[in-house]
Amino acid sequence: MNHSLYGQFSALHQLRERAPLFLAVLFGVTIYAATCNLLLAEDSVFHVSTYTVTLLGKYLCFALLAMAVDVVWGYCGILSLGHGAFFALGGYAMGMYLMRQIGDRGVYGNPLLPDFMVFLNWQELPWYWHGFDQFWFAMLMVLLVPGVLAFVFGFLAFRSRVAGVYLSIMTQALTYALMLAFFRNEMGFGGNNGLTDFKDILGFDLQADGTRVVLFVITAVVLGLAYCTSQLILSSRFGRVIVGVRDAEARARFVGYRTEMYKVWLFVYSALLAAMAGALYVPQVGIINPGEFSPLNSIEIVVWVAVGGRGTLYGAVIGALLVNYAKTRFTAVLPEVWLFALGALFVCVTVFLPRGLVGLAQRWRPRPAATPEEAA
Amino acid sequence: MKPRWTVLFTLVLVLCCAAASAQETGDPNELRALAQQLAGASLSKMPPILEQLGETGGERVVPLLRALLEGDLYKVKSTDEIVLGVEQGDGYAASDALDGTALGEYPSSDLKKLRVNNSVRVQLRGIIARLTLGSDKVAVRKEAVRNILERPDEEGVTLLRAALLQETDATVADLQRLAIALYDINHTDDPALRLESLQHLEGSVEPDARNTLLRLVEQDGDGNYLEPNPVIRARATALLQNIESKVEFYELLETIFFGLSLGSVLLLVATGLAITFGVMGVINMAHGELIMLGAYTTYVVQQLMPGNIALSILVAIPAAFVVSGLVGIVIERGVIRFLHGRPLETLLATFGISLVLQQAVRTIFSPLNRQVATPDWMFGSLEFNAVFSITYNRLYVLLFALLVFFLLQLILKKTPLGLQVRAVSQNRDMARSVGIRTEWVDAMTFGLGSGVAGLAGVALSQLTNVGPNLGQAYIIDSFMVVVFGGVGNLWGTLVGGFTLGITNKFLEPVTGAVLANILVLVFIILFIQKRPRGLFPQKGRAAE
Repeated sequence: MNHSLYGQFSALHQLRERAPLFLAVLFGVTIYAATCNLLLAEDSVFHVSTYTVTLLGKYLCFALLAMAVDVVWGYCGILSLGHGAFFALGGYAMGMYLMRQIGDRGVYGNPLLPDFMVFLNWQELPWYWHGFDQFWFAMLMVLLVPGVLAFVFGFLAFRSRVAGVYLSIMTQALTYALMLAFFRNEMGFGGNNGLTDFKDILGFDLQADGTRVVLFVITAVVLGLAYCTSQLILSSRFGRVIVGVRDAEARARFVGYRTEMYKVWLFVYSALLAAMAGALYVPQVGIINPGEFSPLNSIEIVVWVAVGGRGTLYGAVIGALLVNYAKTRFTAVLPEVWLFALGALFVCVTVFLPRGLVGLAQRWRPRPAATPEEAA
Repeated sequence: MKPRWTVLFTLVLVLCCAAASAQETGDPNELRALAQQLAGASLSKMPPILEQLGETGGERVVPLLRALLEGDLYKVKSTDEIVLGVEQGDGYAASDALDGTALGEYPSSDLKKLRVNNSVRVQLRGIIARLTLGSDKVAVRKEAVRNILERPDEEGVTLLRAALLQETDATVADLQRLAIALYDINHTDDPALRLESLQHLEGSVEPDARNTLLRLVEQDGDGNYLEPNPVIRARATALLQNIESKVEFYELLETIFFGLSLGSVLLLVATGLAITFGVMGVINMAHGELIMLGAYTTYVVQQLMPGNIALSILVAIPAAFVVSGLVGIVIERGVIRFLHGRPLETLLATFGISLVLQQAVRTIFSPLNRQVATPDWMFGSLEFNAVFSITYNRLYVLLFALLVFFLLQLILKKTPLGLQVRAVSQNRDMARSVGIRTEWVDAMTFGLGSGVAGLAGVALSQLTNVGPNLGQAYIIDSFMVVVFGGVGNLWGTLVGGFTLGITNKFLEPVTGAVLANILVLVFIILFIQKRPRGLFPQKGRAAE
């Protein structure tokens, strides 16, 4: 036990050293893609198409989502199979704002009601749709709704010490229940089709290249900020208690920490990251539907983290990018093989690569001479 | 003296019947020739032919007459032969109008529909009613009375009055009385007769009886009663109240049965899980796919023995057990044993396996749903009355679930394997040190749980569509059942399954199916707050 705590401490220091590297790589790629898209002519060899930029933006949203899962799973041992729910709730809040922005440009031309409500013969806007025409209100809701849900769920679960596999199944049930609910037309979120046909955001056309590049850059900035914030939180006193809870919860509790409150706040923080990822995802992809709540989606996130290597944050980002790139490639060429590949990935990573790619790299790299910290 | 009379009377009756049936049998060729005349007959020539058909052919011509009535009777253009046609794809599947033997398929251009007009329809109905009312099968007679009940006319009721005198079956007689009474109430003016007829409606849950009574107490827009006679109105109100409470009672019974049925499905699905999760502590996310494999095994067995659907289900039960069980053992030996003591990793790995299995089925069988036939003995329903009936397939699945459950209890409690399984689940190290091969026990336990999942698949194939997503639909529910019931306790699973099933079905009419599902999930999440270890927690050291 002593050894693992010690190892973790040195890992944390290493990571803080590596934050600049992570940020440099992230912003390097971002600036390269953005400038090559905007400044170079389309026939240039170095031109990056808007499609690629949007795809990269999508991957970065997934990376942020994976980081959210890594924060709770890698550092606190809470395996959440329901993070897709927070992602989708954030996405729906953003989607509602974008729906209201359509105004009378919808198919039915109703200035107040979104198309699907006109289609359902609704006469007035449901109360929970009010306020979403204001950007600041929508952004508040992006954070508030998933945050409150995570707090209530986490408080109930952690207080009664639901842990381990039970908690995983509970989170899965949570997202499953939400999926069933959002599939209902009566809920007022567009039912099966979800929210789509968005026109613009803050007055900028969503289809325009400029808007897309800006959204991509914003995503990268948010990812970078989230990385730094998470590093700070996790290497603070709070973060060390969290790691202590992961390794020996009973001991931490006996020492006098209210472990359940530590877990609740970490869970809420993680849900907020996921919700931001969802809110950034929706304007770039142009649709949000109840499929995002499906348990399969949530469990896929976990596999990104597992592939990259949990407990390092950047491992989650690498895993999300790699797996999603593979998914894009596979589903384009051999769609039926993708699920085989994904399934095999689950099995192989858990059996052969318990620490993910990052762990593999660390094992292969020749160990440097013991640093002063390690020697001490 | 009296008994002898009875004997004599019976003898005469039997002779009469024999003579009647002998006459009815007639000569098949003669019948065929008669039926053939329909092909060339104009509408005005049809009635005498039909009359004669009814007289010589008896009950055997009923399918032919019914087909003519419903427009399913065709003549083959080239040969003028009369056939029964059922639409199939672009053409028709033809069968002999008299004995029902299949005659192959015809393109629609080769057949011409035999058309009838309203007066012929009325006549046809009359003949069919007459023939079926005199049938010697209770079910056919009942059906005939019901037809008249739904479409009462002077002629039919006259036939009924005659038939009532000879009716021997009490339920059919009741139905006949009801039909006559309803006709009298609605079509006569004699208050005494109508009041008397009302008596026959007492306690009847037939929808027609209720509708008639409702009409009797109905008010028009100005608050005037449609029925002028206050005595009849008062009587009808009293009867109606009685009937409504009876209907409510039967509806309650029906809801309970639906709940039990859903509960039995949950039980079947969750028992396998209760063994792998509860006893071994292994989270098997591929459990749903093992169920799916069982359902597909049923499908394959049926494809292998197409002529014998009734037997195929019985063959499928052990086959599905073996297939799913073997796959389960392979999963355990190949993956899960390397992840011992790491439940979260086990969860992820088995989820990966579930994806692979799903995609494998999709690749082999196609992503579309497959049709699994229901054998005859599971078809239809056990009807208690017009508002309460139990479908046989649900009934059998309920019994099957209980059977599987008790067999498993027996295995776990009374066999050496069961003893070892319980020993390993309570204290693995101790079990190993007294000489139990824990590795082998693990594999067998997992195989047993997976095999039960296969059995659940066989049952589900009789209730829902068989497709690659079959298992996924149940996996979360079945985890809920196990968690609710208490891990490591099969009785908890039994109680949990039925509780959740019945709760769901009682919520459904109030909230709708989806919301009921959500409410149950929320309820379980809250329940876990109060009792984190479920309804029946495991006691003792094993619980830690």
